[in-house]
Amino acid sequence: MFTQTAHNVQNYKIEGRWRILFLVMTALLILPVLIILTLLIVRGGPAISWEFLTAFPIKGMTAGGVFPALLGTIYLVSLALVFSVPLGIAAAIYLSEYAPDNVMTRIINLAIINLAGVPSIVHALFGLGAFVIFMEFGTSILAASLTLAIMTLPVVIVATKESLQSVPQAFREACWSMGATRWQTIRRIVLPNAVSGILTGVILEVSRTAGETAPIMFTGAAFFLPFLPESVFDQTMALSLHLFVVATQVPNVPHDLPYGVALLLVAIVLLMNALSIGFRVRLRNKKKW
Amino acid sequence: MNSKHSKDLARLDRRDLSWYMDRLVQAVMFVGGISAIIFIVGIFVFISKEGFSFLFDGFSFTEFFGSINWRPTSENNKTFGALALIVGTASITGMAMLIAIPFSLGAAIYIGEFATGKTRESLKVLVELLAAIPSVVWGFIGLTIMNGVIIQLFNVPVGLNVLNAGVILGLMAAPIMTTIAEDALKAVPDKYREAAEAMGATKWQVIRQVVLPAAKNGLVSAVLLGIGRGFGETMAVLMASGHSINIPGSVFDSVRALTATIAAELGETAVGSDHYGALFTLGIFLFLITFLINLTADLVVRGIKRS
Repeated sequence: MFTQTAHNVQNYKIEGRWRILFLVMTALLILPVLIILTLLIVRGGPAISWEFLTAFPIKGMTAGGVFPALLGTIYLVSLALVFSVPLGIAAAIYLSEYAPDNVMTRIINLAIINLAGVPSIVHALFGLGAFVIFMEFGTSILAASLTLAIMTLPVVIVATKESLQSVPQAFREACWSMGATRWQTIRRIVLPNAVSGILTGVILEVSRTAGETAPIMFTGAAFFLPFLPESVFDQTMALSLHLFVVATQVPNVPHDLPYGVALLLVAIVLLMNALSIGFRVRLRNKKKW
Repeated sequence: MNSKHSKDLARLDRRDLSWYMDRLVQAVMFVGGISAIIFIVGIFVFISKEGFSFLFDGFSFTEFFGSINWRPTSENNKTFGALALIVGTASITGMAMLIAIPFSLGAAIYIGEFATGKTRESLKVLVELLAAIPSVVWGFIGLTIMNGVIIQLFNVPVGLNVLNAGVILGLMAAPIMTTIAEDALKAVPDKYREAAEAMGATKWQVIRQVVLPAAKNGLVSAVLLGIGRGFGETMAVLMASGHSINIPGSVFDSVRALTATIAAELGETAVGSDHYGALFTLGIFLFLITFLINLTADLVVRGIKRS
């Protein structure tokens, strides 16, 4: 028969206090951000209208809409995906399905971690040196997208690798024992079972890419352009850079305009992220193995 | 016997189309795999290439690391002293870690060890969403909301300083650190917890004496990755720090960070000039520092796996 001693009671009291302390810390971490997001909605909400989304900025960017910036961000993200998704998936398939456990594989993994850790402004310097100057793309959508693609490559690789590895090994073994090659197994068994997980990673990458500012500042995004880009060799405006510009570089901006741009950017990024998380949760609930 | 055996083997060796296809695909995937290495090396090669002319011509080791005078555009006396920028970056990162380390570890312990079921899942999702807010938006928050709060609270003329950038960077880095730290706690096998609980330990005793020591390496690497993030953060620091060259005497002094200097000045330099080369040299320095931090974090994590 268990009877509580004074010592037990004391120990549970201590546990209770720590529990409350950690709860308060968690709350203090999350609450300020929620307050800030609420402020963005309250102050930026009134600025957002149909015209805001579809019109050009006018009067030195102190009025009008953000249409070219919004469209520019869509261009940059789409082209970045074209480069990084195939490459990232290939890298993940190699690491998950082919790579032997050797020094080379360890170096590849280390390179991926480091690629994710390189400061965004260093990616910008690289993009400027490699794509704008060396490959002579000039400051263009192409150069900016390539820079973004390399920067966000680890996101695709990590997400794809995880979803490939969550396919049970028994599936592969069953397929191999029927005489299928590794590639046949990957194409018919592994990839179809991992495709929704890969999609989650791609959506996550979209959200990451859309918010980046530093890597595109010197490689292809312009402060202001009175026309829309016509090819990948043109410069473009971008939503993230537009926020920086209206917040710091333009005088006499009405109070709610930068809040509106910030709100729009946050909304796009968080929506994409929520979509990716929701996808993942549904996937986990549906999984039978 | 032997020849029959090799005949069997020969029959099994089907080098048909799908065999060659498999080989081809493996080669293609390998190229994808090593692309990360190519890019890391490429980044180093290209930023070094652009910084080269300056490194061998205008660069002086003692000036770069010893002088606080960053006057790249001066007419007759150009100086490239990065000390104030390094101190600026370090002070902002330090301030940020003062906030982010205790709070993210506390939140990780709460989410990983105390919270259960729906609460735990929702908190995890919330933290993940917070980590997704773009850095330029954080910079804007520092510039507007936090600036006003600091002016009001502490009665100072300008709110763009070490405190502002540090708090913003802390709030930015904390969710990422929380996620990594929580993963490290999760990696501790449940067996350990059950064994300790069976001995009559309370949850807190289990956490302090079993889980935390077992997860130590993972937690250290979470902190290191947070520091790496802090060093490399650009837009938020550029907008919230005040961007003036200073050795800060208090948290209310404005400072300038390495990353912010590159972001603010690169647009105005001529390709190939000393100033341009000097900015790339700052980039090389940043690259090496973050590379070192990430490498250390990786080695620390690998330490757990070995033991």
